[in-house]
Amino acid sequence: MLESFNFRVILAYMPLYLKCFWATVWLSGLSLIGALLIGTLACMMRISRRSLLSRLAGIYIESIRSTPLLAQLYFFYFGLPTLGIRLPEEVTGIVALTLNSGAYMAEIIRAGIQSIHYGQIEAGIAAGLSYLQRLRCIILPQAMGVTIPPLLGQAIVLVKDSALLSLISIMELTRAGQMLTSERFMPAEGFLTTAAFYLLIYYLLKSLSSWSQNRLIYRKSA
Amino acid sequence: MWGYYFNELIHSLPFFLKGLWMTAAVSGLSLIAGTVIGFVLGILRSGGNKWLKTVIGAWVDLVRGTPFLVQVFIVFFILPEAGIQLEAFPAAALALTNMGACFICEIVAGGLSAVPNGQREAACASGLSRIQQLRYIVLPQAMRTILPPLVGQYVLIIKDSSVVSAIGVVDVTRVGWLTVQRIPEGIMVFGLVGILYFTICYPLIQLSIRLEKRMTIVTTRL
Repeated sequence: MLESFNFRVILAYMPLYLKCFWATVWLSGLSLIGALLIGTLACMMRISRRSLLSRLAGIYIESIRSTPLLAQLYFFYFGLPTLGIRLPEEVTGIVALTLNSGAYMAEIIRAGIQSIHYGQIEAGIAAGLSYLQRLRCIILPQAMGVTIPPLLGQAIVLVKDSALLSLISIMELTRAGQMLTSERFMPAEGFLTTAAFYLLIYYLLKSLSSWSQNRLIYRKSA
Repeated sequence: MWGYYFNELIHSLPFFLKGLWMTAAVSGLSLIAGTVIGFVLGILRSGGNKWLKTVIGAWVDLVRGTPFLVQVFIVFFILPEAGIQLEAFPAAALALTNMGACFICEIVAGGLSAVPNGQREAACASGLSRIQQLRYIVLPQAMRTILPPLVGQYVLIIKDSSVVSAIGVVDVTRVGWLTVQRIPEGIMVFGLVGILYFTICYPLIQLSIRLEKRMTIVTTRL
């Protein structure tokens, strides 16, 4: 298998790979930003005292976490047109990824917020801070430290999950491997190159994660 | 029209149940094999052999750094080039087992390292062999840390099994994909697919949460 490994084909397809690499980066980057927003919103709803809001967020989080991303992706891909909403595949993909990741982010952020001792919040109330002020000045700065490493872990999962977008014919890294397989019939070259690109992103994010973890421990001891 | 499609969907329910059976078969098989291999790898990884540790660590990193879809494609398309021809079902089970084993290996290694070293030393001092130490002292205590994420990992395996529909294993997701070509009501069809996954995964997630609560109560009482 390896003796016939053809680097020349990989070189010839490199422009395509770079384009697809960039597509993976911006698709998952946009989804990441969206997921952070949705996740924060869902988390706020989940821990709010209004039971209706909390219930709604709970249904959203549980239903996303209990179903596979691929089923959700197909749900939007095949479901939105029947409602008369026609979106480009990329937008459908970003919507599905955002909603999927948002649910996990909400749980991570909730765990971070609930890791803060209730005395802190009581002190905030006693000092006469409003809900938003307590959130901004007391809860969030502390919760950030606990949530950033798992959030980066979720970002890694998000990048890997974006591979599923190739199944609704979006041009991204996995799709590039499929193209090499179907056009040149070279699956080994195609998919191993794809895997190498994903590993590049993985190691980048992983070292970022351990770097931030070291920083946090440093902050704790200081 | 909607009622007609709904009727059609009810009529194709046996087809969905067959798909559910396939999902259960693929994920059940990988779940059992993955647990066994994962435990062995995890124990080896937390053991003394440095060379073995590096190899297992590198392999786990490779598997965690690439999307599962790419791994499925690698097993299904590249192994034949090395002379190992696999049908869709064994290829899917192999890829899923490999992924599950790697994640479970991490969980087990983490759980084992959480057991204080004094326990091991005490066991050694009372003359237990390495295997006896593991069997009677270390593993029972590590199980408390291992069990909750292990159940969570089972949920992930079941959800990830939807990805193997991409190589033509007729699981629930694939059945949904085939049905939506005939019944163009994406929301209805994939709603049903989602409900089917939900009925399996939701109880497992709840179980994981309950286990986590129970295990932490035990820890604080000690």
